[in-house]
Amino acid sequence: MSKKRNTLLVHAMLIFAVAVVAAPIILAFIFSTQTPAQIFSYPPKFTIGSAFLDNYRTAWNQYHLGIYMRNSLYIAVAVTVGKTIISFMAALALVYFRFPLKGAVFTFILLTLMMPTEIMIVALFELVTKIGWSNSYAALIVPFLASATGTFLFRQQFLQIPTSLVDAAKIDGAGPLRFAWSILLPMSLNVVAAMAVIQFVYMWNQYLWPLIVIRENTRQVVQVGLKGLTSGQDATNWGIVMAGAIIALLPALVVFLLLQEQFSRGFALSQEK
Amino acid sequence: METHAAYKSRWLPWVLLAPTFAILLAFLYYPTLETFRLSLYRVAFLGLRKKFTGLANYKELFTNPDYLHIFGNTVVFAFFVVMLSMAVGLALSILANQKVSGWRVYRILLIWPYALSPAVAGVIFLFMFNPQSGIVNYILGATLGVTPDWLTNPTLAMMLIIFAAVWKNVGYNVVFYIAGLQNLPGSVLEAALIDGATPWQRFWKITFPLLSPMTFFLLIINTIYAFFEAFPFVDLLTKGGPNNATNILIFNIYRDGFEYYKTGMAAAESVILFIAVVFLTIMQFRVGEGRVHYGS
Repeated sequence: MSKKRNTLLVHAMLIFAVAVVAAPIILAFIFSTQTPAQIFSYPPKFTIGSAFLDNYRTAWNQYHLGIYMRNSLYIAVAVTVGKTIISFMAALALVYFRFPLKGAVFTFILLTLMMPTEIMIVALFELVTKIGWSNSYAALIVPFLASATGTFLFRQQFLQIPTSLVDAAKIDGAGPLRFAWSILLPMSLNVVAAMAVIQFVYMWNQYLWPLIVIRENTRQVVQVGLKGLTSGQDATNWGIVMAGAIIALLPALVVFLLLQEQFSRGFALSQEK
Repeated sequence: METHAAYKSRWLPWVLLAPTFAILLAFLYYPTLETFRLSLYRVAFLGLRKKFTGLANYKELFTNPDYLHIFGNTVVFAFFVVMLSMAVGLALSILANQKVSGWRVYRILLIWPYALSPAVAGVIFLFMFNPQSGIVNYILGATLGVTPDWLTNPTLAMMLIIFAAVWKNVGYNVVFYIAGLQNLPGSVLEAALIDGATPWQRFWKITFPLLSPMTFFLLIINTIYAFFEAFPFVDLLTKGGPNNATNILIFNIYRDGFEYYKTGMAAAESVILFIAVVFLTIMQFRVGEGRVHYGS
């Protein structure tokens, strides 16, 4: 009896927690379908309004969210793919090769964990301006193509794989690249998925650096584009702003939900010793 | 690690490492060092002229009451964001870790905010806390009869950016705390159950200490989040106002560097922020070393 009551209590608490966490998004969605008159009505209406398509269409076309989304997608995919490949290569060298100064190389990579981009925006901006990358996607992509996190995740994964596999591959005459492609990569798909989630969400959500680098409105990313919705000349139409927020949230959310199982597994692996 | 190193080649490992090296050197090491160097200069508009001024920028910052105020704001903001998002994250993870029917669905519904961006959270909070049409003031007005002006009251404005930052970050902590909870040795918890420990005792005497490596890791990650990634909340919600009450270090760096074009000053502020974060990380390692339980 008391066990059953306990289970009910847990369910009640879970439902409450889920509702509190989701409330801002649910409200944002409801108001994203309402006209200004419906939004300003008192008491507020908590039902789907009549401007659903209008608000989304206006945000997408008139406020250029469609273009911003395309830009963000381009940048996020480029960095996710590029960083995964580059980190995989670095980890391959660190785990499967004997070479001098290996410890120093690893330290050199790990130390960059202490150097978030935000700390160097002034100098980084001078640098990309000097090499002619201001206002370009190169400035939003290239500096993020390598990372300690990525290298570290792949390294941890490779260390879990039994050494007998690499020995067997060697006996079969497989060189390091062949071994990496046909054995390591298929065995590391969880980490690839974890990387995809972390990097895609990270790049998709970037705000400060694109705000600084991109001067031309049509090249802007969606997160900064949202700002344009709130500071229009007319009184802010909150329905359109909320539509924009929902649009901007969706791609990262979809990637996360599709890969969340592999993502958790990729992490579970990397935490074991 | 060495047992894995089956291959030997004079050049291949360096080729594999070359892209990582090139990017980390050019876009992380160089700009970091350059930030330190720039902080010793007074830079004219658009960097056309630079004049070496030694530590003058730092001296000016530390004697400027506005800057000290901003420093204090950052400490308050970071403290509450880290504490609240970790405490709420841990509480939600423990709930999500209960073995009840439908736990998979509950879990997904608790970790999805991982994908939220500060900008999305920022604009949604801007609307919810809007004094005229916001839902928060409607509820407060209907229940308590108050409709506070969130953006003009310094304390309330600070609370607003803290709430938004916490909401956005809770999902991250839930993801990692759930992973930590799942790796706990079940045998210890069972033994405690048989010994008749209450849930409260089980949590504080067993679960919490066993989770300490994860708590320690998240403490560092959350601190970095609060210092660096909070920029959009300030930029979208308060612009540092009212009267600098919500101005924090990263926002002021942006403002000095890219609105007022005081490059040298912004660089000096970056160096101070950098040192503060490195110092905090080292402190957390120091304290952590003695207390964190890493198991066997």
